[in-house]
Amino acid sequence: MALYILGALLVVALAAFIIGRARAISIAGREISSLHSRPTYHGGFLAIWASVPAFLATILLASLSGRYVENAVLDKFSDTLSSIGSAQTQAFLRDVRSLAETAGETGRQVILSTKGELREQAELAAELYTSQISTVNVAMLVLSVILVLAGGVYGYTRIRVEKRNRHFVEKFITGILVICSAVAILTTIGIVFSLIFESIRFFQKVPFFDFLFGYHWSPQSAFENASGTSLAGDNSRIFGAIPLFVGTFLITFIAISIAAPLGLMSAIYMSDYASQRFRAIAKPVMEILAGIPTVVYGFFAALTVAPAIRGWGEAVGLSVSSESALAAGVVMGIMIIPFVMSLSDDVINSVPQSLRDGSYAMGATRSETIRRVVLPAALPGIVSALLLAVSRAVGETMIVVMAAGLAANLTINPLEAVTTVTVQIVTLLVGDQEFDSAKTLAAFALGLVLFVITLCLNVYALYVVKKYREQYD
Amino acid sequence: MTDTTNSPDTNNRKLKSSARIGSGSLKKLRSRKKARYASERRFKYLGLSAILVSVGFLVLLLATIVGSGIPAFTYNYVKLPVDLTKIEADNPADGNYTKPVRDSISEVIPYMSGRKDKRLARGIISGGASIEVRDMVVADTALAGQKTDIAVPVSDFADLYLKGLTAKPLVSSPQAEITISGLEDEVDITLDRNVFNGFLGRVKETIRAEAARLNTRMVNLQLSLDNQRQIVQNSENELAVESAKASVASLESQLAGFKNKYDALIARRDNSTSREILDQGMPSLLLKVGGGVVKVNEVEGASAKGEVLIPLKEAAASAGEWQMQEILEAEENRKFSDKEVAILDRLVDEQRIETRANLIFFTKGASREPELAGIWGAVVGSFFTMLITLALSFPLGVAAAIYLEEFAPKNKITAIIEVNINNLAAVPSIVFGLLGLAVFLNFFELPRSAPLVGGMVLALMTLPTIIIASRAALKAVPPSIREAALGVGASKIQSVFHHVLPLAMPGILTGTIIGMAQALGETAPLLMIGMVAFVVDIPAGIFDPATVLPVQIYMWADFPEPGFQQKTAAAIMVLLVFLVLMNALAVLLRKRFERRW
Repeated sequence: MALYILGALLVVALAAFIIGRARAISIAGREISSLHSRPTYHGGFLAIWASVPAFLATILLASLSGRYVENAVLDKFSDTLSSIGSAQTQAFLRDVRSLAETAGETGRQVILSTKGELREQAELAAELYTSQISTVNVAMLVLSVILVLAGGVYGYTRIRVEKRNRHFVEKFITGILVICSAVAILTTIGIVFSLIFESIRFFQKVPFFDFLFGYHWSPQSAFENASGTSLAGDNSRIFGAIPLFVGTFLITFIAISIAAPLGLMSAIYMSDYASQRFRAIAKPVMEILAGIPTVVYGFFAALTVAPAIRGWGEAVGLSVSSESALAAGVVMGIMIIPFVMSLSDDVINSVPQSLRDGSYAMGATRSETIRRVVLPAALPGIVSALLLAVSRAVGETMIVVMAAGLAANLTINPLEAVTTVTVQIVTLLVGDQEFDSAKTLAAFALGLVLFVITLCLNVYALYVVKKYREQYD
Repeated sequence: MTDTTNSPDTNNRKLKSSARIGSGSLKKLRSRKKARYASERRFKYLGLSAILVSVGFLVLLLATIVGSGIPAFTYNYVKLPVDLTKIEADNPADGNYTKPVRDSISEVIPYMSGRKDKRLARGIISGGASIEVRDMVVADTALAGQKTDIAVPVSDFADLYLKGLTAKPLVSSPQAEITISGLEDEVDITLDRNVFNGFLGRVKETIRAEAARLNTRMVNLQLSLDNQRQIVQNSENELAVESAKASVASLESQLAGFKNKYDALIARRDNSTSREILDQGMPSLLLKVGGGVVKVNEVEGASAKGEVLIPLKEAAASAGEWQMQEILEAEENRKFSDKEVAILDRLVDEQRIETRANLIFFTKGASREPELAGIWGAVVGSFFTMLITLALSFPLGVAAAIYLEEFAPKNKITAIIEVNINNLAAVPSIVFGLLGLAVFLNFFELPRSAPLVGGMVLALMTLPTIIIASRAALKAVPPSIREAALGVGASKIQSVFHHVLPLAMPGILTGTIIGMAQALGETAPLLMIGMVAFVVDIPAGIFDPATVLPVQIYMWADFPEPGFQQKTAAAIMVLLVFLVLMNALAVLLRKRFERRW
């Protein structure tokens, strides 16, 4: 219903625009220039007054009504529901909703999870639910109509020759621009708060230091006793995240030790050696490499690289796990090469030509110039690029989900299977689970750790550049 | 860095060395120059090889994917004479299609009589064949009420065999006369020349290779066994000891099994008689003789014992009139038995098999059967998700960029917003998934697995990219444009919306397309909000449960069937085509419309 009203309001706004514009032209008579604002602004003025208040009211009502109606139903049936647990209450509500949705249609089967007496109650509740919803809908409609009419009349009477409606419309537009740029801030706030709140709930079940410094990670064996509270003693033993941190570190280390030399050398060649034609071909190829989705790299790692590494290992008599850290790390390194390359390419290119020319004038060869002059000058930028690459590798998910293991082995042997923070977040959250269990909350705690680590790396990378950058001009 | 870079230290070194050169010979100078030039060349080739290695990785990746994906774009169909006389043309959807299809299989493969054999024969046709036939009849009711040849998909293993991906038989027509002791069941085969010798050599080779392979595996097993034993002895962690004990037991039994196999192989390898028994672990030899097929169980140079798979019509054939089919891949390793090979080859000979473009792959949704699974559901899901992402992130991003670049006062708040946007661009994508799960699903109670939520999450993720690109594009518009607009009396808003924004649009669109390409390939955040659900239906709107292409790829990559491996690679190819098209569009926009001032 709310969607229909919002759609109708769009039409209203368009109509109001046309009416307002026509009104402005008609009051101006022959001399359009007698208007302070151009007719379009009067149209926009009327459209804003006619639709925006109703728009806001509808959204507000729609977002509140769901909770309100559900609470009304729960109040009415509190006798029945007081005896059952919260999971069953949720099932009851789900049934009520699906019964209410299919009430008008015949011949559609509803799959219900409640049985017996509760089911009969659910059918009664569905009737109440339907009637409440229709009341809310009517209220929403009436309110919108009133607001449209009131706003429309107010706006219409204020379309006059001397009225400075352009200022109003422009302020409105500026306001919208401000709100839009606040979305980025809101996103960050949303991320931080959702992670922190869920993590706090997790740390109520598992002590903070047991999580951060525990050696044993096996959340699958987490269990809760009948009353729903977990046995804190057991949980603190199985939610030790050190193996995940070590696994993440190992894979990141392998990835960076592949991506850093290859990416850096490629960037040096591209900026100081490559001919124009070579650059014209190699640059787009590298961009393609950078644009390939990580799930493709994951498939490549699992299908080609992991079996190949296993095969080579067995040929020389090493026992290699089929989900070795080496395979995931190598493929992740390949994924990061273009990233390192394009960042360091920018940095190396920004070293002024005069430094190079000075070095050549002293008789240095190109490689000597690069090693002794260009690289030291570009060092802060390169360090920052590598830090960003590390942050990227730590947060990378799909490659490790598809190619690294699930078992949390505490090892730094690259031939064995290790697991990472991101892999565990995915395994803990994929599939239907209750949202309150320690298992799902653990994923948020891991997410918080991930967020903090990558944020620190990014901020430090920016700081390094700012602090050590040379000013040339 | 200015001339202070040449620190006193290096200067000193240079001075010293030049002093040495002055007193030394010219030869020394030459050799030093040579060494410097050599290091120069080394450095240059190092750089070149770094690029070549990176490009090599790209080529290897694409080659792997295209190589395993190409076969999935065609599929093999078998023409079956399906009897649809009992299907009513008025109501074709409700008819019984299972029996007619089964009957038609028996009609085409009459030589399979026993219950087990009949099931085997049916296994060659896709399990969804009757549904396919029903869909065909519903689409074209003229088919109902008659008996016609209808092409239905073969099963995925049969398809793999036809494409030569499970095993490639070596076919030869030996110049020897063959006589067979019977037409059915167990038979003795005699030849007038030793034509089986070549095959026998290959069998011995297989035995040798198999023995070597077993040996390395046994060595590895022994290593990990020792490892686990050590854990049992030394570890203090109870849990670890428990699991190590369990693996010791299983490793021991595995090792014993391998040992037996290995001993048997060694015995056979050293066996000097030329008679070989062909069991499940050995290469297969099929003989196409006199209108039937014989599978050889025991073989010697000029004689053999065998079992008739497809009954023979004549018990002898002259030289060149019969064929020998060697399949070196052992029967137990290929999931497609010799009997199935015989049946399928017969169908090919009868010209009932035809290869077609794989339309199912492009028009159907997900399925548990590899031959019936398609990407259309995922493509539609991706479309809806991208629609939401674009509708949210484009206006929001452009508006935010306009405000920050054109209107925002330079103060602390805008500085914070700027830093914040830059950081947001580097936040791991999975964290956006956690945000979506906690805020959109749990707090706002939006539907799980819906493109709406997926699009919202991806919009938040691409927002920083679009804002940064749009700001760069706006910044590139020279101030003279704004000043001219203001000079003729336009307000600030008018100057931006009427003059600056249109000029910046190509750059903004380029950034948006690149951001959308990123979003199209993104997987991890969508896993968090439940878009991994197994959805058979094609989604019809933004509230329906759906999946997207990259998630479909992730799910298929996990399935063990080899048919799904190819589908995965093929789906990746489709995804890459979309991405390449989008990037090409971005490049085109940049080249065509971007102005340098």
